[in-house]
Amino acid sequence: MKNIKRISTYLFLTCAAIISIFPFFWMIISATNKSVDVSKGRLLPGSHLIENFKSLIETVDIVTALTNSAIISVTTTVLSLIIASLAGYGFEIYRSKAKDIVFNILLISMMIPFAALMVPLYRMFGSLSQIAPFIGMDTFAAVMLPTLTTAFLIFFFRQNTKMFSRELIEAGRIDGLSEIGIFIRIYMPTMKTAYAAAAIITFMNSWNNYLWPLVVLQSPEKQTIPLLISNLGSGYAPDFGVIMLTIVIATLPTALIFFLMQKHFVAGMMGSVK
Amino acid sequence: MNGRTKTKLTGWTFVGISTFMISIFYFYPMIQAFILSLQSGAGTNLSFVGFDNYKRALTDPTFIAAFKNTFIFLIIQVPIMILLGLFLSVLLNDSMLKFRSFFRIAIFLPCVTSLVAYSVIFKDLFAVDGIINKLLLQLSIVTEGINWLTDPFWAKVAIIIAITWRWTGYNMIFYLSGLQNIDHSIYEAAKMDGASSFQQFFKITIPMLKPIILFTSITSTIGTLQIFDEVMNITKGGPGNATTSISQYIYNISFKYTPDFGYAATVSYFVVVIIVLLAALQFKLAGDKK
Repeated sequence: MKNIKRISTYLFLTCAAIISIFPFFWMIISATNKSVDVSKGRLLPGSHLIENFKSLIETVDIVTALTNSAIISVTTTVLSLIIASLAGYGFEIYRSKAKDIVFNILLISMMIPFAALMVPLYRMFGSLSQIAPFIGMDTFAAVMLPTLTTAFLIFFFRQNTKMFSRELIEAGRIDGLSEIGIFIRIYMPTMKTAYAAAAIITFMNSWNNYLWPLVVLQSPEKQTIPLLISNLGSGYAPDFGVIMLTIVIATLPTALIFFLMQKHFVAGMMGSVK
Repeated sequence: MNGRTKTKLTGWTFVGISTFMISIFYFYPMIQAFILSLQSGAGTNLSFVGFDNYKRALTDPTFIAAFKNTFIFLIIQVPIMILLGLFLSVLLNDSMLKFRSFFRIAIFLPCVTSLVAYSVIFKDLFAVDGIINKLLLQLSIVTEGINWLTDPFWAKVAIIIAITWRWTGYNMIFYLSGLQNIDHSIYEAAKMDGASSFQQFFKITIPMLKPIILFTSITSTIGTLQIFDEVMNITKGGPGNATTSISQYIYNISFKYTPDFGYAATVSYFVVVIIVLLAALQFKLAGDKK
């Protein structure tokens, strides 16, 4: 009886692991095969990887898309972390009744679905195009601005600030540091792990963001990786080998972050639920 | 300026940018969306029509279809995923288990893919002559390939399978960390009293994890109600409107058909109301049993 239970546990977990890994396996195998073989469901590695790579470089502007995605994701991550950690720190350290009310109101924004914001934001950036074209439609600024500040990240930093020692702040004040000086010189270095976790989740979200860039970006030379993949996938004569190679390349950055920083990655995903 | 006012002001400068940004990019658009929802017309030619858009939505077959589809995804997918995640986390929490971290990493791995990327992969896996049908045929589970993407029923199933693949591991990680906080002696005591694993699961694990289950069911509900990337890239909402989601319908009204921003805003307000109601309901359900 005990043995049956053990065996079925392993069997079940092995099945779950195979199902989880199979699409990755398939996408990597397919990147080395001809389009015809991919649609035939060939499960063995082929010799077409170099050809796929060549036609990827020739037919798809993947370098531009990668550069665009990198610029947007890195900028978003840096700015988001600064803005949210300032607020998380402020709400916790300079706590007051009024600020708690503001904090709770900000939390409500987590319930607002993006689909509800999409149309008004589109119109907002549409009218901005006339007075300030550099942050209007079809600019990276328009892609980034609405995603820079999330209540989730503020909440995350506030929760983490609860574990930050007040004595360090007092020590900083005695040493004559300004309030912002304390934040930059003492708080930021001590909260490295929180920043790492927050950076990973923000980068992932930005790198993978699809709907808003789809709405706001129009020129092909500005498209990001998810837009590129989506276009390739819905093309009329899709080259499956090339598509899979593109997806492999697009998934590499996030997969690398996961394998190199597993702990922070999971902490970031789980946010402040402790 | 005295010291206290100064500290107060410093505090507000810290939280100021965030408060400003969220007001501009969340709350202001919500007000705009409400005003828009009372207007109708094509593109920028809008005129006030009162609550006509809301009435129109209630009799709009596409809206009703999108609403139904989204709810089918929600009602079927979220419970399956949560139960599966719980079950996996219980199996993986056994410290005697070999290859534990391998299983954990493998099952979590789908989370590193972007929604668009995995959708495109699944679209190919689900093709009529795709690998899933090949496998089913080979194992003699079916006698002819399933029309995953062109049959209204199977297209929904395909979407549900895809979302479950992507998010089960994510939820499992939450449960695993919750399980680590449960005192092992509770299980020992239950075993002494002769409780089966089944009873332990329902009488100890689930009640102890209730706050986390609540949290994951709220986030999954909000996520599924907004589903867009998957339907857009796996089925394009088809066949017909068999898999069109509410978010996708809003997108279509605004950017695919002749834009009717007023009506799009109306449809989006339905989503807002549903999310608020469901979140309140889930809180109440969880609270009542306490």
